[in-house]
Amino acid sequence: MSRRDWSLHLGLVALLFALNWILPAYHHGVVARVMVLAVFAMGYNVAFGYTGLLSLGHAMYFAAGMYGTGLVALHLEAGAIPAWFAGLGAGLLLALVTGLLALRTAGVSFMIVTLMFAQAFYLGILYFGDITHGDDGFVVPNAARRVAEVALSDAGPRYLIGWALFSVTMIGTLWLVRAPFGRVLVAIRENEDRARLLGYDTGRRKLGALVISGGISAGAGAAYALLFGYVGASFAGVQYSIFALLWVLLGGAGTVIGPLVGTLFMYYLVDLSTEVTDAYMLIAGIVLILLTLFMPRGITGALRQVWRDLP
Amino acid sequence: MEFGPYLLLACLEGAVLAAVLALMASGLSLVFGVMRVVNVAHGEFYMLGAVAAWAVTSMLGAGAVANFVAALVIAPLAVGLLAAAADMTILKRLEYDPERTIVATIGLLYVIQQLTLMTYGADARPVVAPFNSRIALPWVEWGENGLSLYYPWGLSTTSYKLFVIVAAVVLITGLRLFMAHSRAGLIMRATQLDGEMATAFGVPVERVYAIVFGAGAALAALAGVLIVPIQQAHYLMGGDALLLSFIVVIIGGLGSLTGTVVAAILIGMSDGIISVFFSPTLAKIIATLVVALVLVFRPQGLFGAKDR
Repeated sequence: MSRRDWSLHLGLVALLFALNWILPAYHHGVVARVMVLAVFAMGYNVAFGYTGLLSLGHAMYFAAGMYGTGLVALHLEAGAIPAWFAGLGAGLLLALVTGLLALRTAGVSFMIVTLMFAQAFYLGILYFGDITHGDDGFVVPNAARRVAEVALSDAGPRYLIGWALFSVTMIGTLWLVRAPFGRVLVAIRENEDRARLLGYDTGRRKLGALVISGGISAGAGAAYALLFGYVGASFAGVQYSIFALLWVLLGGAGTVIGPLVGTLFMYYLVDLSTEVTDAYMLIAGIVLILLTLFMPRGITGALRQVWRDLP
Repeated sequence: MEFGPYLLLACLEGAVLAAVLALMASGLSLVFGVMRVVNVAHGEFYMLGAVAAWAVTSMLGAGAVANFVAALVIAPLAVGLLAAAADMTILKRLEYDPERTIVATIGLLYVIQQLTLMTYGADARPVVAPFNSRIALPWVEWGENGLSLYYPWGLSTTSYKLFVIVAAVVLITGLRLFMAHSRAGLIMRATQLDGEMATAFGVPVERVYAIVFGAGAALAALAGVLIVPIQQAHYLMGGDALLLSFIVVIIGGLGSLTGTVVAAILIGMSDGIISVFFSPTLAKIIATLVVALVLVFRPQGLFGAKDR
């Protein structure tokens, strides 16, 4: 890894850390939220951006983390840390099971299978309303939202935990895609037959990528439940799967900082447009169409043409 | 009500759903068959059909029948033209790349849905059926004098629901005959088999694609017009309809019209029956899981032939 790569990514981490003391209250909250959502996007990016697995069902992994954490906290009165690991475990398990089935297909079929699994998961949340509180969702009990004496619901700790999760995930994925495993994933994305011909077991590596991707997404969902205190079925809906795709596409698929750029940009765009109209998803639709037409590589992808070795 | 009449009622409701679904899914199947792209915005064309039917009937203000006939003609035409325009401005420029087309049609889905929300609003609005007489249905019973007919309370349907079933049968038969025997159908089938070869034989493939995309959307809009007197027009009605027609097209085998119709009957009836006896949510969970597993273990669909 070149020194420029390190300075770019560590610089970003340091900048986000410093912003904790600089940002006004409202934007402080937004950036905390965006960092957690960007972790979800980075998880998606491992599957879509680096391995070429275009999933339309990643909301189910995010929601598995969220509900795994929330339900354990609500019904078993677990503390924050065990609850977070419960969410992570739920997401990893779900990614393993759905991956084993869905990866038997490819391309358009893979998109539809993941969409259907996610839809069944979403409907399952509604169906088991006695446990999950269905459409209304539930508030995570305050007892579960503290570690030692620190309340995770306070603005300061919330920002710093979001920042820590974001930084660890970013450096982790940067390391992952530079490691031999990540190189093989890119090879699978570019030409799976050729990768197989070279002797790589592409099936197992794709499963590995999907489980890592689902795990990161679930970790984000679990953190979201703890930091923002609300668990709801809307996070499992198709819309959030589409959001993950949109954030990654917009920021630039297959780049490490792309997901943050895309999430930040889209969040503010939607935030600004809700002041004008209720139909904020209109913006998402227009951006999606424009991206596929004019900028298939996203913002960072366009930058990469100028700065060639941007990771 | 006893079990028997109850089952008959569930079957009737299922048959109406199956009819509308078959029509809508035929459109999706036609587009996939000829162009090899999945149109995620298909549900929104169905919704636009229903909303356009409301707009036409409320603006025209003629009699219920004249209003409805006008809606049956104008709504599919308008929606078809819109879809053809979308094909020419967006999909053509993506060169019908399967994955990018899905992403672009997801965008189209939100644009159409949200523009409808901004103009038509969030209310559900009804359209008056052209005719709607209640028809009580008889049921057989072992009485003291052997078999006898009686009319159980609550077992009834309406003339309009029967009309929807008949209309769907007529339209789909017409579509099949059109594809099999007309010159335009021949050109579409030629494009489906081999687009490059068709170009070489002078078929204007781009125009065929635009027409097919428009026709697929028009079929969805037609389904929307037919359903709106039973179920009100709402800007979010496309989502469930899209999901169900996906299920139908996949179980029937992508691109196979016969399979689509058989699957529509299967899904419509079982959805009707499971929804009446159990819960609609459970019916949808089962259906979505079945679809995913069909795609995983039998990608050609239950009725489709193996890929050539």
